Amino acid sequence: MAPAPTPRAASPEPAVGTSLWQDAWRRLRRNRLAVVGMVCTAVVALASFAGPPIIAAATGYTYDYIPPNQSLVRSFAPFTAPDGGFSWLHPMGTDEAGRDMLARVLLGGRISLMVGVIATLVSLVIGVAYGATAGFFGGRIDDVMMRIVDILYAIPYMMIVIVLLAFFGGQSPLSQLFLLFVALGAVSWLTMARIVRGQVLSLKEREFVLAARAAGTPAGRIIWRHLIPNALGPVIVYATLTVPNVMLQEAFLSFLGLGVQAPYTSWGSLAADGIRTIAIFPWQLLFPGVTMAITLFSLNFLGDGLRDALDPQMRKA
Amino acid sequence: MVRFALRRLVITVPMVLAVVSLTWGLIRLAPGNFYATERALPAAVEANIRAKYGLDQPWYVQYGRVLANTIRGDFGNSLRYQGQSVNEILRATVPVSAALGVAAYGLALLIGIPIGAVSATRQNSGTDYASMAFAMIGISVPNFVLGPLLVLGFALSWYWLPPARWEGFFSLNTIMPVITLSAVYTAYIARLSRAGMLEVMRSNYIRTARAKGLDERTVIVRHALRGGLLPVLSFSGPALALLVSGTVVVERIFALPGLGNYFINANLNRDEPLIIGIVAFTSIAVLFFNLLVDVAYGFVDPRVRV
Repeated sequence: MAPAPTPRAASPEPAVGTSLWQDAWRRLRRNRLAVVGMVCTAVVALASFAGPPIIAAATGYTYDYIPPNQSLVRSFAPFTAPDGGFSWLHPMGTDEAGRDMLARVLLGGRISLMVGVIATLVSLVIGVAYGATAGFFGGRIDDVMMRIVDILYAIPYMMIVIVLLAFFGGQSPLSQLFLLFVALGAVSWLTMARIVRGQVLSLKEREFVLAARAAGTPAGRIIWRHLIPNALGPVIVYATLTVPNVMLQEAFLSFLGLGVQAPYTSWGSLAADGIRTIAIFPWQLLFPGVTMAITLFSLNFLGDGLRDALDPQMRKA
Repeated sequence: MVRFALRRLVITVPMVLAVVSLTWGLIRLAPGNFYATERALPAAVEANIRAKYGLDQPWYVQYGRVLANTIRGDFGNSLRYQGQSVNEILRATVPVSAALGVAAYGLALLIGIPIGAVSATRQNSGTDYASMAFAMIGISVPNFVLGPLLVLGFALSWYWLPPARWEGFFSLNTIMPVITLSAVYTAYIARLSRAGMLEVMRSNYIRTARAKGLDERTVIVRHALRGGLLPVLSFSGPALALLVSGTVVVERIFALPGLGNYFINANLNRDEPLIIGIVAFTSIAVLFFNLLVDVAYGFVDPRVRV
């Protein structure tokens, strides 16, 4: 039997409204997987940026420190001392050159995360500008611009990125990084442009904008409190999901030897080094690979959680 | 429908030419060339070879020839693989990559759709959470980690499967590459079909189907799946473009003589005709499949009128 509907008590004081963001934050915190994803991402990011100097201070090992008298054929297993006993010195072991894998994995994480975030920002700038222009002008301009996006979707863009990196890369490690930011950002903006355009198109005409206007809200307040927050949600969600995607692409390029160059390293290039000796020193592939998988896993869960939190439509599903 | 397909088919030609032009432009603007190797050729020899491949002509003549070659579908001779034309190389490598890609995508559909459909019908159950967590793992583990791990387990530890090489499609060697390649797509398809099914299950026509007394199985298989799989169908077009880059890595890991492996080598060798040939072929294939998906969409979804 259905419970009798409780009449909403007329509270003496006006109800305190929660803003979109407070609401979203509350929903996000209730989503256990998203919280785990957020914490894991934060831990990996923190370890990648703060870890290498701490390791260097504690053990003297930096990502490219090669200890003297290294035989160049031995790689120490995790927690193994040179004499075969137990040691805390290399929790992830070493590579054949005797470099500490933990320091290398953390530095690789720093580069991978940086490429992911910066390339995503590049795609964000292009996508938002393009999508907002198309949505704002509408009509014929919109038709043409979105048709171009449709067409670009059908291009094997990774091949062009490979050509770009193979022919223009290899000048210097730093310019290579810059090339990666631009190339990966330039191929990741299509979906972002679609999302922003759709948002701008529909928000212009929505009832809540009309309602706000009818209530006498000044235009500036409508833009700041109603239009921007509503357009921002999907953009943030999609950007969060773009980061792991770009990181995967970077890893894939580095794996092929076209991405990050020595002395820098990334999870992709560490995995490429590790795969050659997988039969004898499996930890050289395992640690960067698993660390990367965990990070991508966390970022994806965080993105999914953000989507559920920011998009009330999806939440009902 | 026919007019739509024809119009799209016509648009394909300038698009392929645009992709080829972009690639050619990148190659030409880049510093260095095929002959800039450590072991310099005698000037006379290099001049002869350049004349043979037409590299001594002005850039617009060369560019025109590249476009003409693309239209004719004959990309000339490879610079690196002596005595082989690009077309011969394509004929040898395309079947390998295509077989891998089709098998991997087929496997992904075969596994992903049932997982997604079952998750959707039991939303928020343990099964649902488990399969969605599994799908997330599939998306997050890079194929260059999954592949070597499979090799480490099945080939190097337990000796069940051969670790690499191509022995024809119907051999044990094909199993691990196909699984490695399909993992990501299985995961995406499971997520997409779950989301699509969830949306459809709330729609009126499903309520109608239930109201006329159909049993749940028929409702799902005959009615819900058709609408619920539309997101999977529209994903299939762009997925093919992604599959191309996926095969590059998998062919690298398992030492398979496919298009991707040759493409990377062609780039490292600056083998211009081969690069152009592979890029042109892949663009045509991807555009063609996108067109196919769009046409199929029109058939499956009566709301789409093209």
